[in-house]
Amino acid sequence: MNIHEYQAKALFEKFGVPVPQGAAAKTMEEFDSALALLPEGATMVKSQIHAGGRGKGTFTDGYKGGVKFCQTKADAKEIAGKMLGNTLVTVQTGPAGRKVQTVYFTVASDIKKEYYLAVLLDRASSRPVIVASTEGGVEIEKVAHDTPEKITKVVIDPAIGIADFQLRQLISALQLSGNEAKNAAKLIKNLYTMYWETDAAMVEVNPLITTPTGDVLALDAKVSFDSNALYRHPEVVALRDLNEEDPKEIEASKFDLAYIALDGNIACLVNGAGLAMSTMDIIKHYGGNPANFLDVGGGASKEKVVAAFKIILGDANVKGIFVNIFGGIMDCNVIAEGVVEAVKEVGLKLPLVVRLEGNNVAAGKATLRQSGLALVSGDTMADAAQKIVKLVA
Amino acid sequence: MSILITPKTKILVQGITGAFGAKHAQLSLDYGTQVVAGVTPGKGGQVFEYAGHKVPIFNSVHEAAAATGATVSAIFVPPPFAADAILECVDANLDLAVCITEGIPIKDMIRVKRAIAGKKTRLVGPNCPGLVTPGDGENSKGGCRIGIAPGYIHKQGHVGVVSRSGTLTYEAVFQLTSKNIGQTTCVGIGGDPVNGTSHLDVIKLFNEDPDTHGIIMIGEIGGSAEVEAARWIKANCKKPVAGFIAGATAPAGRRMGHAGAIVGGAEDTAAAKIAVFQECGIEVAVTPSDMADALLRAAAAKGVKLS
Repeated sequence: MNIHEYQAKALFEKFGVPVPQGAAAKTMEEFDSALALLPEGATMVKSQIHAGGRGKGTFTDGYKGGVKFCQTKADAKEIAGKMLGNTLVTVQTGPAGRKVQTVYFTVASDIKKEYYLAVLLDRASSRPVIVASTEGGVEIEKVAHDTPEKITKVVIDPAIGIADFQLRQLISALQLSGNEAKNAAKLIKNLYTMYWETDAAMVEVNPLITTPTGDVLALDAKVSFDSNALYRHPEVVALRDLNEEDPKEIEASKFDLAYIALDGNIACLVNGAGLAMSTMDIIKHYGGNPANFLDVGGGASKEKVVAAFKIILGDANVKGIFVNIFGGIMDCNVIAEGVVEAVKEVGLKLPLVVRLEGNNVAAGKATLRQSGLALVSGDTMADAAQKIVKLVA
Repeated sequence: MSILITPKTKILVQGITGAFGAKHAQLSLDYGTQVVAGVTPGKGGQVFEYAGHKVPIFNSVHEAAAATGATVSAIFVPPPFAADAILECVDANLDLAVCITEGIPIKDMIRVKRAIAGKKTRLVGPNCPGLVTPGDGENSKGGCRIGIAPGYIHKQGHVGVVSRSGTLTYEAVFQLTSKNIGQTTCVGIGGDPVNGTSHLDVIKLFNEDPDTHGIIMIGEIGGSAEVEAARWIKANCKKPVAGFIAGATAPAGRRMGHAGAIVGGAEDTAAAKIAVFQECGIEVAVTPSDMADALLRAAAAKGVKLS
């Protein structure tokens, strides 16, 4: 689960990670009261959406830049008016963009130097890792590719937590000394505590900055949480912004279906995450384009299949449907009945290819045959995928 | 022969009184597996009765193992309690803990992995379908089934299968059995980013098992475990190996059902992993329908008989 920058920074402050003073506004009416909390002078205005590349983004009305520097608070108020309610398109949002429903005003800090800092899971060691670099404010992937020696990784022993010598390693890698070193060490320690205590999946600060007065601040904040741990963090769940999620994905989660919208035209309904992923792959392999990832899970009921059909048909781009079920324990006939019921209920007009295999498959195939519905059966995944690609083309 | 478990292995089921655990304990009993104990704290002394089987329930893994000789646990407890259930197996010195539970917080698994390092107990999973060593009966009955895989699709034989995904494992096994090629053991290692046993761990066991003549390795996007295994295979494994990687069309940064199936950087995409497979002499299945055929091609190239 992702949260907005302003929410992440509020969490940072709670854990003692210094950030520039800021205030968020969700309506034009809130602009004055938010700006009143900040001192007069240079102010940043930042569009709040769950996507990167905001500064270089363009709004759908042609206005450029989702993050702006303003000399005065009055200018900031005017600029915020252009952003709020407008739709921002960045490299990460896709062409549809995201509607800006919150703007965040912050004091524009004087920057001495920019750094990079992140805490995340190191899969190779199954431990948390702190990643730091003297190259901040740029894409870290590019730094890792071009100058890997400028990235330092320190793996943390979860039984001990971050050790002082590791903090010294990081400070040395960032080439900090004096007050800056002291402040950065405290910040890193607190950032790690926040990552660990809140069950974050990733905490990224890019850039982390030093100021001419020796302060160290998190100028930006990107935080995501482990969905598996949300049950023990109601305070994190409260930060969820449904406006940032695909309505179809929200609907799917109500039925315990894992659904992810994609931009193709062949909808998939599959059991199991691995099979669902490779169903998308095999469609692509035969020249088609998957419209979604959809895993109905191991214990799919008739109701779940009906709900899944409604969700995938909510996508206007869909031109055909591929149902791919390997019923290991699951009864294929239950799936077949679900498919028949769903097709009748939604009055399906699109081509439908069904591939059933596994437990009680003969009864399942008979149910499909006897339904009188215009659906096509596939024997193997390859056979079924070729059929749906041909029908949609 | 087989790896990790044999038809004689005695298993206990943690969470046997829950609906999910009970159902799969029944299916394992049907398969002929030696399910000798259940564990549910507070329900010790009760009996799990099914089709003439009477499986005693204990309050702790210690008690269950001491009373019945069980050496392996199948864990079906809900996510908030699953990490503790694994640690209990380690404390009781079991040989193997197989955690089926999906949705365990990553932090819990980071701590578990730290705690079990150097201990006797091997962990498979979490978020996995478990293991099957097929038996020699009808529909492979008489084998050892730990977890949630359908037993009947298996057949006793000489191919080892290791995979992160449940349904893709079934797909591969079904293709093999349909071609009359049996399996030694099929291992689902699970789709979480932090898990107990890796592809490489299982590949090493298959490599040492004289009865395993060929291997299918199924992976997916995210992490570098498949790459690590592939490099080891190139240097150490003479047996024919076929590989498949799911997720070639997955968009970057999105979690594809499995918590571990997320593309982070250039290294953990399907294309990058497939390239390493090819470089390491692993026969790549072009589509998921091609997994058994890919292994047949690899075996033919090395002159190895699979059945």
